[in-house]
Amino acid sequence: MSLTPEQVRRVAHLARIEISDAEAASTVGHLNDIFTLIEKMQAVDTRGVEPMAHAQDVGQRLRADRVSEAGEVAQRDAFQAIAPETAAGLYLVPKVIE
Amino acid sequence: MIEHDLRALRRALAAKEISSVELTELYLQRIARHNPQLNAYISVDPESSLAQARAADQRLASGEGGPLTGIPIAHKDIFCSRGWLTTCGSKMLGNFVSPYDAAVIARFAAAGAVLLGKTNMDEFAMGSSNETSFYGPVKNPWDASCVPGGSSGGSAAAVVARLAPAATGTDTGGSIRQPAALCNLTGMKPTYGVVSRYGMIAFASSLDQAGPLARSAADCALLLNTMAGFDERDSTSLDRPPEDYSRELDRGAADRPLAGLKIGLPEQFFGEGCAPEVMQLVDTAIGEYRRLGAETVAVSLPNMDLSVAAYYVIAPAEASSNLARFDGVRYGYRAAQYEDLNDLYGKSRAQGFGAEVKRRILIGTYVLSHGYYDAYYLQAQRIRRLIANDFAEAFRQCDVIVGPTSPSTAFKLGEKAADPVQMYLSDIYTIAVNLAGLPAISLPCGFAGGLPAGLQLIGDYFTEARLLDVAHRYQQASSWHLQCPAGFA
Repeated sequence: MSLTPEQVRRVAHLARIEISDAEAASTVGHLNDIFTLIEKMQAVDTRGVEPMAHAQDVGQRLRADRVSEAGEVAQRDAFQAIAPETAAGLYLVPKVIE
Repeated sequence: MIEHDLRALRRALAAKEISSVELTELYLQRIARHNPQLNAYISVDPESSLAQARAADQRLASGEGGPLTGIPIAHKDIFCSRGWLTTCGSKMLGNFVSPYDAAVIARFAAAGAVLLGKTNMDEFAMGSSNETSFYGPVKNPWDASCVPGGSSGGSAAAVVARLAPAATGTDTGGSIRQPAALCNLTGMKPTYGVVSRYGMIAFASSLDQAGPLARSAADCALLLNTMAGFDERDSTSLDRPPEDYSRELDRGAADRPLAGLKIGLPEQFFGEGCAPEVMQLVDTAIGEYRRLGAETVAVSLPNMDLSVAAYYVIAPAEASSNLARFDGVRYGYRAAQYEDLNDLYGKSRAQGFGAEVKRRILIGTYVLSHGYYDAYYLQAQRIRRLIANDFAEAFRQCDVIVGPTSPSTAFKLGEKAADPVQMYLSDIYTIAVNLAGLPAISLPCGFAGGLPAGLQLIGDYFTEARLLDVAHRYQQASSWHLQCPAGFA
């Protein structure tokens, strides 16, 4: 398979990474080299093989649904101190709904 | 003092030959002198380190403390460290002062170790040469025109140049073992799930594992004793009884200390693709293992040549998901100008991520997208199973698998930077281990053209103590691991 610059722009949009036409054109070669490497997989017959998601096949643990950390306000202040823009304990972004 | 191993340093601290403050100052001075040339550290904070050292001295004075109390340790800048800039090698986190500690950082702090500084790395751990760091490449202390390997290249350069007694790293496809090989260190990737990933900035969550980078297997064992342990905050952390990873090392010396050990030599590690001068050093090391009592058997990992392909589907897929969190809203880089929310995301991510990170996000987004999931992601996961099965079969015939860590010694800065696929192939011998989730260690086995080469030992699940012992026996009989690059003694 081979990607086109148009497909690269589409994927970049899905990934929310702004990309110029020139960048899409210059990155498509590298991406196709990588896909050529990946294509090697397609020749392998894997029918009946169970996909392996994790090295240790252990189930997800459950925990009690309770507050585990004290001082939520101080915690929130500490975390929001490094945010680009906050007000009244909220994270600010451009208006989404007109 | 800088040639002491961790046990000797701890003895010197106990005997009051040196204080933790003096030891920390010694290393801070060495960093100030050599780091401008090597670029191994992204951040040092003498005030913070010396405060920890003073606290350690108090513990030592009252006769308390454990094996690492008072010893300065450098940490890869992928571990969130409270009050420290934690960049992950990215412009995206260039202003991120972490409000909390990673589990690994907290465990070292509880042990009384001193956080000496945060080391340079490939951006978000995506690279094999340290050249993708936003903070500039790291130079290999053996030859400043060469790369130190990656992604834990800053940690490796710092330890071998004696700018830290030991360091931590992380290994998703070889990022501890390959820089260990290229810098003449001993570095271990433990079994997946042994060390908590809490607070370790995620790249590919089903592969990422933290481990030690040090100058000997004995030092790695001490570090792993502090790093390992169950953590309920990491959903894939394994709840197992604690182990002493150095328990095998104090067995008395014997003529043939490894009698009975079966070393498996997979044909796939000894074919084409490895530089002859590296292969010669690996063969010589295997000969030394026979002299130490081990016997060798031929084994096969028939699907190993598919590991790079499967990895470059699975790792980017997981990365594209993990790195979705860097969106310019709650922390990290936000573009200065944008029109609306989508524009804020798109510009912040376009400006905050470097080229290699973007490539991997694009690949991951593509292979997970509608219509391609089965052909790429599921197929890669099935091949992952075949590779894990190959190892299981091989471990029915041997105790430890041995081969080269890296197909070459350190390559030149810039040599592979323009060709991602060539760079990816630097990890042909290390990636399969991550896919299977096995423990493995790289240790120094000699020099070719003045540059070090690494021997890789791979063990079955949870055999870290055995692997460390097998590495330790070789180090008792050799001195490669003690070599120090010129200009740093």
